[in-house]
Amino acid sequence: MAKNMTVYLKIWRQPGPDQPGRMVDYTLQDVSPDMSFLEMLDVLNTQLIARGDEPVEFDSDCREGICGSCGMVINGIAHGPLKGVATCQLHMRSFDDGATIVIEPWRARSFPVIKDLVVDRSAFDRIIISGGYVTVKTGQAPDAHAIPVPRPDQEKAMDAAACIGCGACVAACPNASAALFTAAKISHLAYLPQGRVEARERALAMVRQMDAEGFGNCSNHGECEAVCPKEISISTIAKMRREYLKAVVLNPE
Amino acid sequence: MKLDSKVPGGPIQEKWDRHRFEMKLVNPANKRKYKILVVGTGLAGASAAATLGGLGYDVHAFFIHDSPRRAHSIAAQGGINAAKNYPNDGDSIWRLFYDTIKGGDYRAREANVYRLAQVANNIIDQCVAQGVPFAREYGGYLDNRSFGGAQVSRTFYARGQTGQQLLLGAYSAMMQQVNAGNVKLYPRREMLDLVIKNGQARGIICRNLVSGEIESHAGHAVALCTGGYGNLYYLSTNAMNSNATAAWRCYKRGAAFANPCFTQIHPTCIPVSGDHQSKLTLMSESLRNDGRVWVPKRADDKRPPNQIPEEDRDYYLERRYPSFGNLVPRDVASRAAKAVCDEGRGVGEAGLSVYLDFRDAIARLGRKAIADKYGNLFDMYLRITDENPYEVPMRIYPAVHYTMGGLWVDYNLMSTIPGLYVLGEANFSDHGANRLGASALMQGLADGYFILPYTIGDYLAGSTFPTATVEDDEFKATRQEVLDQTERMIRNRGNKDPRTFHRELGAIMWDYVGMARNAQGLREAITKIRALREEYWQNLKVPGRPDSFNKYLEYAGRIGDYMELGELVAMDALQREESCGGHFREEYQTEEGEALRNDERFAFAAAWEYKGPNQKPELHREDLTFESVELKQRSYK
Ligand SMILES: Cc1cc2nc3c(=O)[nH]c(=O)nc-3n(C[C@H](O)[C@H](O)[C@H](O)COP(=O)(O)OP(=O)(O)OC[C@H]3O[C@@H](n4cnc5c(N)ncnc54)[C@H](O)[C@@H]3O)c2cc1C
Ligand code: FES
Repeated sequence: MAKNMTVYLKIWRQPGPDQPGRMVDYTLQDVSPDMSFLEMLDVLNTQLIARGDEPVEFDSDCREGICGSCGMVINGIAHGPLKGVATCQLHMRSFDDGATIVIEPWRARSFPVIKDLVVDRSAFDRIIISGGYVTVKTGQAPDAHAIPVPRPDQEKAMDAAACIGCGACVAACPNASAALFTAAKISHLAYLPQGRVEARERALAMVRQMDAEGFGNCSNHGECEAVCPKEISISTIAKMRREYLKAVVLNPE
Repeated sequence: MKLDSKVPGGPIQEKWDRHRFEMKLVNPANKRKYKILVVGTGLAGASAAATLGGLGYDVHAFFIHDSPRRAHSIAAQGGINAAKNYPNDGDSIWRLFYDTIKGGDYRAREANVYRLAQVANNIIDQCVAQGVPFAREYGGYLDNRSFGGAQVSRTFYARGQTGQQLLLGAYSAMMQQVNAGNVKLYPRREMLDLVIKNGQARGIICRNLVSGEIESHAGHAVALCTGGYGNLYYLSTNAMNSNATAAWRCYKRGAAFANPCFTQIHPTCIPVSGDHQSKLTLMSESLRNDGRVWVPKRADDKRPPNQIPEEDRDYYLERRYPSFGNLVPRDVASRAAKAVCDEGRGVGEAGLSVYLDFRDAIARLGRKAIADKYGNLFDMYLRITDENPYEVPMRIYPAVHYTMGGLWVDYNLMSTIPGLYVLGEANFSDHGANRLGASALMQGLADGYFILPYTIGDYLAGSTFPTATVEDDEFKATRQEVLDQTERMIRNRGNKDPRTFHRELGAIMWDYVGMARNAQGLREAITKIRALREEYWQNLKVPGRPDSFNKYLEYAGRIGDYMELGELVAMDALQREESCGGHFREEYQTEEGEALRNDERFAFAAAWEYKGPNQKPELHREDLTFESVELKQRSYK
């Protein structure tokens, strides 16, 4: 078994939304390489509480990369050094004994800090509220086999639908754009016959809401795709643009 | 307290139709005047809020997470059942009903389970219409897979992310209603109490988890959709925020708690790696289709697994259950793993795991075929454990996964408090003493999309509602109690943090009220839990302030409730002198060591009524009658 390690942490501490924050240093010893990254923070918090200090606040829930709650910028990379995983799926064996680890919250105008590493991502929910659904009430559905869906379309829809809404794409983007998140939902529904009906109106509404939330524009850096824990493709952004253009051209206001 | 299941009369196939006809309706123009508080937005809550909003009710939805999309339902992997019979392999509503009753070891209410099987098909239709990308075949039609406890293929799935896709479907349907102005969202709120006025549930008290403010909300009815209590055991496959608090506080306000001892322990989870462990990860049950479970024959055999020759291995499931082998149901597989570890033959550093070996399957089918089937799972295992399952056998161990017990509800999903409805994993209905795979998602969505929206109308149309506002004495008094408790936790100047208490409680629960239970152990557990609870209130240390974001304060409140719920679970297990489903009493087993039910004495749902602090709760029995299926001993030999 690999031996336990010592890590030097630099963590963003911010007491509240309107208060200034700063980086604080902590040394943590006897860290098992089998610990997950968040368990390492749990251990730090236990020690902080014992000392009478306030623990570091961070969001997490499923701890298996599916709920999208967790998210930290670790050594400058959203969700840390491993590709295709969320922060909670990272283990300490990805770091060296004696490593310095810098931990910061998502930084974006549209994701204000609530406390320490916890941010407010409700802008994402408002983008969905603006049109990220098929307009269908309970009871209206025909038999599930009424409309066959070509398997390649279903696969593409599923690829896009895998988004966990964590916000890493925004955190990684130099413009703090929410294009990948928005495009993933627009693409998911546009690939399916059930969602096709409202595809253009949906694209129009969601893109407008995205802009209203103050997210930046997409200028094709591709950083979002690189950090996405579900490896959502930026080709979805091209699809979003097509749907949006069609909507603008066909429904000039 | 009187338990009235309100099961409608007539043949089982006609009960729901007849009931729907007999129930009162709320005039469409009046729906807007009824305010419904939905607590929790997992599958059950989001589907209920979406549907009630669509009908025109004034819906207010509260949840702990920052977004409804993060509820624990998101983590379900395997799939959702329905009796569509698309594969033409002999499925029917009756078969789904029968399998669920039998799988639950004959401890569920027949009429509810039949209705569940009836509405299951509508769920699949609804989800497809919402854009849920279920797996399909090349012709464009939906694919099905088979799951434990059934001989037909009736499980619909979306890769290994079925729960995610179903929840996103329900979430988007709810968001549509938010857009329409029918649903209002209250994120980062934790319900801490229920307000009762004139005997009716009329409101809730919540903590705003950002500002720390204690808020009161009034309405005409409350739908509790707050999930299960598996985290009582500290380590489980449940998400970190899953908890029993809302349900427990309702219990203390008069809602009966039913069958708390029916907990499900899943056999294939990644074993504990050390003290730092915060939760356990489920490995899909499907692995048992090709993996062989074994341990060394001798306890002192410490050789690496690949150096242990065939004759020194004990494939104990294949040996004990020749006809089902590695595919026995969850409860049977879990107990067998515990038995070999108790004999000292467990593997891994702590001796608390068994091998799940793919060597033979890889030799037979080739590495590629195995990678195609299980590649994702193997990668996940490698990432967590740093061991490569293509080369060394996986190590697995059972873990707490699901709770069949929960608040007692009648056929209308109403608890023993008028106006308090309970949906999803939070209620006790439908799964009896053991839940079959892929049926929790089905139940949560059935409750939310297709049952509550009908039954709540009957209550609203048939009741009178004196005005209730948050300025009423009932609201003020309940809010004050919540404030006092919060104050008490923060003020406590002890020196043990909530997590340490949780770990200690979990250890008691796991050791004495886990996979195998006996009267002496259960009595001991009760004594130990009481002592720990005493210490909790003396020695608890909660950091930070009450009027700010403070996750350890939230956590401390939940542990406080587990300290009481744990005792009730043990009492219920002690009372039930039989073995059934997930509840195994060592005193009641067959000569071969299998669970032995006692239908004569225990064919009932145990509903507990709260009688005050440190008072013994009162047990009420809802007798279960089986008119449509015959009670049989389960056998998997
Ligand atoms: C790893 C895993 C895999 C699974 N796989 C499957 C599967 O393949 N098929 C299957 O059928 N079942 C599966 N299950 C079971 C199934 O996922 C759950 O039983 C089901 O999703 C529960 O849904 P729910 O809506 O009742 O509750 P949850 O999804 O747990 O939602 C609870 C909601 O209540 C809120 N809440 C809780 N307490 C409070 C409070 N005090 N105040 C305010 N809000 C509160 C939460 O924020 C959340 O919104 C699995 C379970 C696990 C753990
Ligand atoms: S905690 Fe759920 S994705 Fe990380």
